[in-house]
Parts: sequence; C-alpha cells; structure tokens
Amino acid sequence: MSAPPARKLQLGRVGETVQRVDAIPKVTGEFAFSSDLFAAGMLWGHTVRSPHAHARIVSIDISQAVPMPGVQAVLTHEDVPGAKHYGLEFPDQPVLAIDRVRYFGEPVALVAAEHPEQARRAASRIAVEYEPLEPIVDAERALAQEELHPNRPTSGHGYREDPRPNVVRTMVVRHGDPDAEGDVSVSGVYELGIQDQAFLGPESGLAIPDGEGGIDIYVATQWLHVDRDQVAPCLDLEPERVRIHLAGVGGAFGGREDLSMQIHGAMLALRTNRPVKIVYNRQESFVGHIHRHPARIWAEHRADRDGKLKCVRMRILLDGGAYASSSTAVTSNAASFACGPYAVENALLESTCVYTNNPPCGAMRGFGAVQTCFAGEAQMDKLAAALGVDPVELRLRNALAPGDTLPTGQKLTGSLPVAEVIRRCAAIPVPEPDGLPRDAIRLPGGSGNVTRGEGVRRGVGFAVGFKNIGYSEGFDDYTAARVRLFTDRSGGLVAEVHCAAAEVGQGVSNVLVQVARTELDIVDDVLLAPHTTATVDSAGSASASRMTWMSSGAVRLACAAVREELDRRGGSLDPGEEIDIERIYRHPRTTPLDPETGQVTGERAHVAFACAAMRVVAEVDTELGLVRVAWIGTAQDVGKALNPQAVHGQIEGGTAQGVGLALMEEIQTEDGLITNASFTDYLIPTALDMPRVVAELVEDAEPDAPYGVKGVGEPPTVVSTAAVVAALRAATGRELARVPVRPEHLAGL
Amino acid sequence: MEVVSPRTLEEALRLRAAEPGLMPIEGGTDVMVDLNFDRRRPVGLLNLNEVPELRGWSRDDGLLRIGASLTYAQVRQRPLADTLPALAEAARTVGSPQIQNRGTLGGNLGTASPAGDSLPPLLIERADVELASVRGVRTLALERFLLGPKRNALAADELIAGIRVRPSGARQTFMKVGPRNAMVIAVVSLALAVDREREELRAAYGSAGPVPGLVTASTGERETFPELVAAAAEPIDDLRGTAAYRRHALRVLVGRALERCWA
Repeated sequence: MSAPPARKLQLGRVGETVQRVDAIPKVTGEFAFSSDLFAAGMLWGHTVRSPHAHARIVSIDISQAVPMPGVQAVLTHEDVPGAKHYGLEFPDQPVLAIDRVRYFGEPVALVAAEHPEQARRAASRIAVEYEPLEPIVDAERALAQEELHPNRPTSGHGYREDPRPNVVRTMVVRHGDPDAEGDVSVSGVYELGIQDQAFLGPESGLAIPDGEGGIDIYVATQWLHVDRDQVAPCLDLEPERVRIHLAGVGGAFGGREDLSMQIHGAMLALRTNRPVKIVYNRQESFVGHIHRHPARIWAEHRADRDGKLKCVRMRILLDGGAYASSSTAVTSNAASFACGPYAVENALLESTCVYTNNPPCGAMRGFGAVQTCFAGEAQMDKLAAALGVDPVELRLRNALAPGDTLPTGQKLTGSLPVAEVIRRCAAIPVPEPDGLPRDAIRLPGGSGNVTRGEGVRRGVGFAVGFKNIGYSEGFDDYTAARVRLFTDRSGGLVAEVHCAAAEVGQGVSNVLVQVARTELDIVDDVLLAPHTTATVDSAGSASASRMTWMSSGAVRLACAAVREELDRRGGSLDPGEEIDIERIYRHPRTTPLDPETGQVTGERAHVAFACAAMRVVAEVDTELGLVRVAWIGTAQDVGKALNPQAVHGQIEGGTAQGVGLALMEEIQTEDGLITNASFTDYLIPTALDMPRVVAELVEDAEPDAPYGVKGVGEPPTVVSTAAVVAALRAATGRELARVPVRPEHLAGL
Repeated sequence: MEVVSPRTLEEALRLRAAEPGLMPIEGGTDVMVDLNFDRRRPVGLLNLNEVPELRGWSRDDGLLRIGASLTYAQVRQRPLADTLPALAEAARTVGSPQIQNRGTLGGNLGTASPAGDSLPPLLIERADVELASVRGVRTLALERFLLGPKRNALAADELIAGIRVRPSGARQTFMKVGPRNAMVIAVVSLALAVDREREELRAAYGSAGPVPGLVTASTGERETFPELVAAAAEPIDDLRGTAAYRRHALRVLVGRALERCWA
C-alpha cells in the first residue's frame, strides 16, 4: 500500500503560528477597506449634522438643496420608513433628529448625489433653524439638571431604580461589611478624559437595493446580525430582506458596535433605487462613533498592617454623553472590576453613568475596566508606599485565586492565574538604561531634539488588571457556524466554513480556519466563506474578548457534526455530494446581578476572566514634562494561544492603545463641541512612542472554553495605562491623578 | 477644480498676476488639508512643482539662495545641513518622512503659521524672503514678512521665489516641544544661535506668540537670556498647551540651548 498523498493542510492548526490571511494584501495596499467599495452607477451620500451640542430644531427647509446639480434625494426624519429610533441596546437614538439635537454632530438630514462634492454642496443648502439650549456638560451637575431623556429609556430593565435625573444606570455592589476598617487607609480622586478608538478606516459602506424592495449593505462593523436587527425595523423591512455583509474593517476597538451609516445609506439607496456609498471624512469620524467613557473616581482602600485588603470603597461617575449605547454594561463592568484582581473581604462600589450633551460614549477596548484599573492600581501603589511594602509583593499578597469570591459574590470556578502573571512579569529582566550620549529620538521629546539627557529621570511602574471574557449578566449569547463539506474537481475533500464573526483585524479569520483544520484533519482544503447575515445565523459581536472563544466553539461543534455525518456515510463523499451543517455554540449561562446589592443571582454574572501584569520603564524629562516609554514587559493570561503570533500582536496593539490614553489621547470639548477632531490634534502613539514589548504568554486552560482559550485583546489595554502612569509617578514623585497626563502636570505647573 | 501648471517662473508670475484667485501650491501639506476640511475653496490651484527656478539652492560669495521648492528632506541633506544646522534640525521634526519629502520651505513661509517649524531657524540667521512678481523682485526681512497668525506680506500678484541668507557660522540648534515624540505641531519651539563673531545671542521662538519672534542680546547677557526670551514671548492658552507651560518651557529650552551652543 502506497503512502497517502501529502495533504495541503498539515500546518496551520490550533496552537501554531499562522500568517494572517489578509497579511500580504494589507501590507501591499491591495486590501479593499469599506471605503474602497464601488458599484456601477452608485451615488454618494452625505450627512448633515448638528453644529450644536443641545438645541431645539425649529424647522428644516430642504427646498434649496433639492434642485442642486446631481442631487437625487434629500431626506429628513419624515422620510424614515419605519421606526424613527434605534439603539444598540435601547432605542433612544433618532435615525435623523426630529425636534431636538442632543450632541455635536448628531445626524439631521441626508443627501445623495452623483458626486460627493455635489452632495456636500447640496447639504450646505439645507436650512436648519435651531434654537440653542443650555448644554449639559458636567457629569456631576447632570444629576440635578433637566432630563435629556424624560422617558428614561433604560428604566424598567431590571436595573437599580435611581430617581436622579439623567441617570443611564447606577450599579451598587455591597460586599461583606462596607464599613470595615483597616490599619491603614489611602484615598484619591482620579479622572480620565475621553479616549477615541481612532481607527484609521473611517465609517463607510455601500448600500445596494436588490430590486425587490430589500437591501444589501456592505459595511465595516463588529456584529453583522445586530446591525441587521436595528436596520430592518427602521426601514420597515423583515430582517431577511436586509442583508449585511462585512466589508474590509480598518480597525474597530468597540467603535463599530453602534450603527453609523447603515440606516442612512439604505434609506438613500431605497429612495433612489441606486447603490449609495457613504464615507465619513476624518473630522466626521470623530462624531460618527461613540468613545470611551470619561470618568471621575473617588477611591478609598483600607488594609491591615500586613497589606491584606480589608475594604475597598469606590464611587465611579461615567459620562455617557447623549445616548445610551452600551453604557449600562460599561457601568456594571466598572463596578465589577473596581477592586482589581484582588481578594477583598468587604467593599462598597457605586458606579453611575449619566446622560449629558457631551459626545456619546459606549464600547471601547477594556469596557469600564480601564477606568477602574487606573484608579485602583494607583491606590495599590499608595498603599504599598504607606505600608513600606514592595508594590509587587503587595499585589501578590492580595492576588485572587480560583476558589476565591469576587465582590459580586461570584465564586471563581475557572482559570485566573493572577499570582502567576505577577511572578512571570516580575521575573522578566528589566534592561539597563541606555547610555548617553544617544540620538535625541531615543530620548523624551523624540525628534523634537529638546534634551541630550538634561532633566531626564527614569521610573519603573508595575500594574495588574483583569476583566471579563464574553457578555455578562444573563445575556443570551451564542455563535453560529456552518460547515459545508464537498469534493472538488480533483476529488479532494473541501470544508467551507461559514461564520458571521467580524474580522476586525484581530485575526478571527485565521482562528476559524485553524479550528476547521484541526477538527477535520481528513480534508484537503479549508475555505472561508464571506462573513454575512445571508448564509448563516449570528456570530455575536467581535467584542468583549469573546470572538475567538465563541467562534472556535461554534466551528468545532459544526466540524464534529460534519465528521459524524461523514462517518455515517462511510467516510467519503461522491462527486456532487455534500454535507452542510450549522451548529450553535453557547458559553455557560450567566444571570443578572441583584439591582439592590449587586450580588449574583445564580452561579455567575460573568462567564470567565483574564488578567495581565505589566512593568513599564519610562524616562521623563522632568523639566519639560515629556516622556519616552523605554521598555515594557508583560505576562498575560491567555488560556491557550491559538495563534501565538496573533496573540503577541494583540498584546502590542492593546498596550499601545493604553499608552496613548496615558500620555496623549483625549477628545477635548468646549460646551460639548469637539475642538480637536483631527489627527493633527487628537494624537495617537507613533513608533517612537511605543517601545518593544516583551510578552510572556501564561497558558492556564479555561475549563469552560474550547481548547482552554481566552480572549486576549483587552487585558493589555486595561493594564497598560495604569502601568505607564505608575512609571511616570516613580520618575517624578508627582500624584498624576488624571490621564492623559499632560506635560504641564509632569513638569509640576 | 482647475489646476494650472506653469513650466517657468515667468509663466507662473504672469498667471499669478492674471488670476490672483489661484492658490499657489507646492507640496500641498498645508493647502490640501485646508481643502479637505473645506476651509478654503480657491477657484483653482497654481501648481509650482514644475517651475525649475524655484528648485535647488546655490551659493554666491557667501550668500545662499534657497529655492522656495526646497523640501524638508533636502534641507536635511549635507552640505546644506552643515551650513544651516538649526534649519536641518527643524526639518527633522516636521511631520513624518513622507511629509518631509513633500513639504517645502516656500510653503512654510506661505502658510506663515506661528508654529511653522522652519521659521525660527531662519529668523536667527536673519534670512530675507525673495518675493517675485511681474513687477520685479523684492526682498523683505523675514521678520517683516511675518505679519500675524497665518498672515504674511505677500502681495496678491507675488509668489515666494526663495530665501536669501548669509549663514552666520554661529553654533546653533533647534528644539521643539510636543506631547508626542514625532509628528506633532509645536506646542512651543526655539531656535538659538551663539554668535561669537558678533558677540550676539539670537533666539527665535515658535508657537509662543502671533508670529515667531526674534530676541537678541549680547553674549555677556547669557545668564539673563532665558528669562529675556520667556518674557518677550506672548503665548496663549489653547488646546495644545497653556501659556504658563509655554513660557516655562521656553525658559528651559533657552537654558539648554545655550549650554549646547556655548562651547
């Protein structure tokens, strides 16, 4: 008997480093992003937006715009065919403003024209008369001001009743005796500015009418099916007649969970019966998506003389901006992770998110845990200083471990190797300082050439962070995958994987293929079908570090079913014969938190957790307040690395986003108006601001997850802001209670 | 939008005189941003990239004549970089390598931003701006050319043809403060020269007043010079920084620059 023919797919299984399927096209510039879409005869859509943060709309006059050259449609709220409001979780946001605008940049009207410039010119002829209203711009004062949403859209959903005006959600966690005293107490007030996802690919998409009243929408998004379920009612169409297809995503980070141009493009396309493309420009993109919640946090940590935490008290105030988006879940997360990955016997944690006329906030990488990690880790360092204990040692003494109980009463049944990530990170050798003289670009201030070493001090910071993996609090979350098995012309066995998991750059496409290769080692080739709502059920969102876990679970189930069916048929397929099976994967069920006590009402409110420890070496020009992050070492709890290179990529990227929040990234506003909506003034780290990251992958299998995997995208972002600022405090001796840290604060002005 | 591409300076000047509404453009690193943001809607663009007289640089008896089309990347190259070292250091701080390949000195003068990176190094070398029109050529001291934030003395029919400067040979440096280590608009910047021959200290600040400003003193005033420069500046609070920080940073920068250039 001769040896079986070599199969093409001996490599690229789960656990192996596999080159990204989109690596070459992205590097060569051939990858088609959603902004590159084209259809014959397409029109260009343009959105008229509110110049006010808060105003009453007196009138909208489109009569001057309609006869403009090239114009094919001008639409207002009166033209929305179905439901006038939509929302990711609560339908509180008008498709187009009706009688009031609640934030700067809110969509008011739409134009479609033959050329984008014609659309823009016609848009400028739409006369909207506004009566400006006093904007609510301070989160604390909002709790006593006029209601922005008098119908309280988030009320009646099982959250704690909070009668104060403008509350999106209040979450209170009472754990043990919240008045328990310790031998030592430290406190602080912390603040975080508004961070933007700053994805490079602006909101964009193409809507194509199908000629039968339905619509195909090609768009960069994070969750195809939830887009469909929001779009269809507004168009007054059955969900099946709205098909959402994933277009090339130029970054997401939470900012594409909410809709942008989807309904607008579809309205214009259905009205004109022509394809309509909408691409936001950079300025527009800053108002085109939600941001990370800015926060003010009051924290007190009490510990005994040995450094064991006795009680944590924290009050968190989040500014949700004009609409709810995913603020209710962010509010809860902020409270859930307020204590950090530490065992705490007693706690009182209060988290409130309010409506204001500031830019709307929602999901962004880290999702509530970033804010509290920044405050909590600063507190841990204060405590270490007050006790005279090494900061790493203090964290080890309090590290959570399986079997411990979280402040929500949830018992840790799965993996959470906090002590191990701390030890592994602490063991990474910190490099010696670079000597002098050296090129200015490797000193604080970089190419600005401001120092040859004058004023420069080095600081080392350490931080630990954790957050949940997956959707929480009873959300019925699932992922579908469909696998088609057939023979190709040469008689080879091919598996075609259908999954609507959004590839947002995180590398889930590779994961889907790797799982199929692993589970169907009998096939000669694995193909990945386009991500769409048209051929497969929902995959859920590319969010909450959940997609690798969920989609690999679904593909594995579908593959197992396909394999079983193949065995039943005798182990082979005839030409033309196929097996086509769809399966749904669910993670262990969660249940809501009690609205009064914040305690679990079942076994768990969160599915699972992941943690990371990080050490940062920073050099600070203490006179000018400029920074060079010189080195970062981290150990991250990844469960199981399905594609190790991709995991390292997520750690580096996630870390860079946290470095950005620590040092420079902030949306600035004046009376609710964004004043720095450009990459000239909204700064994100360059290669000179981001050092090499030495990352240790801690593989401690998650018992409830396929292959033991955990999501890896968020923990680095949760921890890095805290770790960077800890290094800056060590270098300057200053408190630095607000991020992004500004040069004047580092310089002590 | 109409784009007109003259092939000679003479043709460019004729077009400029005939159609003052055309926006002169070189690398486009400022003009295209304004167009994108809809801050400007000129009737057309006067593309100066094909005008050979605006390219390159030459030296005649100690007088340098630098064409307006010289890019930052070219400014960074030797031997010009050895002759105007602070200007070369400033060019290194401009945007990214891609921007340095496109952006030009002429464009920086045309924009006349208080944050223009090439302006302080040219001020400390007491450079003149060469302005050409169908009426002829005039030169104007850079200090007199810069009138206010994004305002200069260019007449409606004139083009910036180049820069004339007699390099001082003085030790000099350029520094720029920004919260990011590359690709930033200056929060505050400084060029400084210690001119032993003339026993003069010259400092020019950027982003600390309506125009980049030149401050001079004798070398004997070294101790008080940081304070003198900081006091001469007229910084404001804006989203990039506070007036207090800018003044403080200027003081620090002048101190360090003096140290660097004193030897």
